[in-house]
Amino acid sequence: MRYAGILVMPAGFILTIAALLLFPAPAERLVFVLCGLAVEGLGLAVAARGMGRP
Amino acid sequence: MSNTLFALVFALLLVAPLALAGVALINTGLGRSRSAAQALLGSLAIMAVTAIVFALVGAGVAGLPGGPGLSFTAAGKAWNWLGAGPFLLRGLGAAPPRAQLALLFEFPAVAMAGLIAWGSGADRWRLIAGCAAAALLAAFVFPLLAHWIWAGGWLAALGVNFALGKGFLDPGGAATMHVLGGLTALAVVWIVGPRKGKFPKEGLSTAIPGHNAVYVLFGCMLSLVGWLAWNAAGAVIWLRAPLAALPATAINTLLCASGALAATFAVTRIRFGKPDASLCANGWLAGLVASSACAALATTGEALLAGVVAGIVTPLLVELFELALSIDDPSGAVAVHAVAGMWGLVAAGIFAPHAGQLTAQLVGIAALLGVALPLVYFLFALLNLALRFRVEPDGERIGMDLQELGGGAYPEFVVHRDESFR
Repeated sequence: MRYAGILVMPAGFILTIAALLLFPAPAERLVFVLCGLAVEGLGLAVAARGMGRP
Repeated sequence: MSNTLFALVFALLLVAPLALAGVALINTGLGRSRSAAQALLGSLAIMAVTAIVFALVGAGVAGLPGGPGLSFTAAGKAWNWLGAGPFLLRGLGAAPPRAQLALLFEFPAVAMAGLIAWGSGADRWRLIAGCAAAALLAAFVFPLLAHWIWAGGWLAALGVNFALGKGFLDPGGAATMHVLGGLTALAVVWIVGPRKGKFPKEGLSTAIPGHNAVYVLFGCMLSLVGWLAWNAAGAVIWLRAPLAALPATAINTLLCASGALAATFAVTRIRFGKPDASLCANGWLAGLVASSACAALATTGEALLAGVVAGIVTPLLVELFELALSIDDPSGAVAVHAVAGMWGLVAAGIFAPHAGQLTAQLVGIAALLGVALPLVYFLFALLNLALRFRVEPDGERIGMDLQELGGGAYPEFVVHRDESFR
């Protein structure tokens, strides 16, 4: 679980970069960047749960 | 850059390491008394190691503002991702004055990132492993981010390439020092695990209070001096702020920290009935960290607001990380440096008067979370296989001072039995 969470985080980053390239409109770009951050947050949460109390 | 401005920024950068001294004292005070000498010696060793490694390797990877870099082209845009500066600081004397000051800014910055992580591994992280980890940070991870943000890398070019404000802005090092340091601290805590007795099999976590509140609070005062100098120097170097803008930057730094302290004081007073000294110190530091991002970009009211938000959130997060996520972080670095740093970067995006600046700041945060944290975690996990991070259980019991240095910080003190080792 911990490694899966950590590996999800770069996926969120790639989503953020995709937002820059795919959406020229500022509002859509911001929403998509936030989606990328949400994916990273999800990965962080999964990693944190996996590393928690044994 | 005029000679007067060069002299002023140079003088400010000579004062900035007081922030390192402050953070080192805070880290030491928040650890156990039987690890105090190892904690402070470790801080000094990390400052030395990062300076040597950054001079030998890191400065070349980071590159200088306006210097060469490695780029590729994708979707019609140039993505400058790595510096290609000279190694061993060759040609430094012939570099433009601003580039020389930028380099001088980065030396204590990389030490700060290392110190932040060192505080989180207190009481169980071996000195030699801490120094090796700091060397990795100074050789590659910090320089990579420094290039992206400060030396014309792709984050700095977001404004030119994608019309996102002025590109990712980080005048005081909130991202490169504090968020990187805080995320590195998280990776270290995950790898070394909690201190023995911190999380018993049943019941709540055990409180392990810091051994010297005076060190911690004096460290906060010392940090303020360093931060004032660092934020003012950063505004000139990275934002090309004029001399007339520096008093406002300094006042914003002070207000951000003050607002944060007042908020943490109130939150802990409401939460526990009395203000908590170590959490108030964490709040003050969180305000300073937030100011690193926004002091040069916000108005005084906005800086105060940014500090108050940091001060409210920090003590709650310190508690949440410990109780809900079992993160044993003696210095609170994950909340204080990583989260408050990210908040400061977001606040800078909200307050800066440039269209698209918030999006640029969020992309920068995404890079820190999506690249820096996984990179640091895997690098440190590999290093841990070669050079074990955690001290032996017996060493943890007798304390890092006796285990690693052969003598304690307070030799004439009576050592009490530790209830957590029953």
